[in-house]
Amino acid sequence: MSEIVSCHNEPPTGITAEGNPFLNGLWKQNPVFVMVLGMCPTLAITNSVRNAISMGLATTFVMVVSYGLISMIRRLIPRQVRIATYIAILAMAVTVVDFLVKAISIPIYLALGAYIPLIVSNCLTLERAEAFAGKQPVGKSMLDGLGMGFGFTIALTMLGAVREVLGAGTFLGVHLFSKNFEPWVLFLLPPGGFISLAMWLLFFAAWKERSAKKAAERESAQPELQVAVEARA
Amino acid sequence: MKESLTHIFLDAFLINNFVLCVFLGMCSFLGLSAKVATAWRMGVSVMFVIIVSDILSFAVNLLLVRFHAEYLRIIMFIVIIAATVQLTEMFIKKVSPALFRELGVYLPLITTNCAVLAVPIFQTGRGYDFVQSTVFAVAASGGYCAALVLLALVRERVMLSDVPSLARGTAMTLILAAVLSMAFMGFGGMGNGG
Repeated sequence: MSEIVSCHNEPPTGITAEGNPFLNGLWKQNPVFVMVLGMCPTLAITNSVRNAISMGLATTFVMVVSYGLISMIRRLIPRQVRIATYIAILAMAVTVVDFLVKAISIPIYLALGAYIPLIVSNCLTLERAEAFAGKQPVGKSMLDGLGMGFGFTIALTMLGAVREVLGAGTFLGVHLFSKNFEPWVLFLLPPGGFISLAMWLLFFAAWKERSAKKAAERESAQPELQVAVEARA
Repeated sequence: MKESLTHIFLDAFLINNFVLCVFLGMCSFLGLSAKVATAWRMGVSVMFVIIVSDILSFAVNLLLVRFHAEYLRIIMFIVIIAATVQLTEMFIKKVSPALFRELGVYLPLITTNCAVLAVPIFQTGRGYDFVQSTVFAVAASGGYCAALVLLALVRERVMLSDVPSLARGTAMTLILAAVLSMAFMGFGGMGNGG
């Protein structure tokens, strides 16, 4: 990760505008594993799969709605006050979500607690508004919000699965192991959040290194083939 | 039951440290903790913003309650924070241009720091009065500053050691944060007496 917080770094050029914005957010530029944004809910809310999914969906809703609005009025917003405008629009969407979650399920509302209002100051939502929705047409921006939101949900669920299975021995509340299973409570506590995210990042780094090595091997194997073909000719 | 001020202070500073136990302000915690000097400056400016915006939000919250407009809370709080950050920036620029040059890059980042927004939300949720919320703001922001500087101290040491190439970067920082967080779990027992 770079020196200064990723929140305000320019995203790598070319990636945001090209390709399918939905698929981009889903995996290639996954907000958590690749861009390392939106860390607060990622670490705080993932102690169970249910919380992780609801938090992810709430964030997705906020992003789709507010990016649509931001993109619609992007030509009217003066450059100097754009951040403040984005924040006001995000805050409106978050207020809606706050009431929505309360209406759908009180237990989830209590579990997510202060982290729903905190979606406003999630660096992910603001960063994408600045990098994408403020510059692109409405449809594309909403698609980007949807992709980023689902990518965020997937990442949260992956973290939540590790923490819930190891920390409580359950998945979505269903017991997985026999009664002898001793839950590893540390994974439900704050340090577990840091550790499991670090483990996922290590796993992906190892994966990347392995596939890079394989690609390099294939490349080095190619010239030999070439030579053999030429010799035969 | 009315919470004592010492309890509020210890709770926000150590037991439920904003960064290491409640996971607030993670982005700046991971991003700005590479050097101790940077961490100090960021920590102190966040402290300043939290305390000022907290006092303002306490006043505004009274108004909102008076007019039964509590649903506007999130919007009002975030607007106050954005305004405070802007004012802080102008104030520092006027008083000390040298400090402004050093802090310049980090000041706008404070608006998107969830720790700043969390303080007014928590204190209205818990129904603190004015003195209590001021103590809470000082303790919470002090805890943020302390955690940031602690991690920066550790990271400066780790920079000299041989870390496997896989773990370099964010993964290493997260593992260090986990160790710090485990250390802070030890303060958990302190809360029961208050």
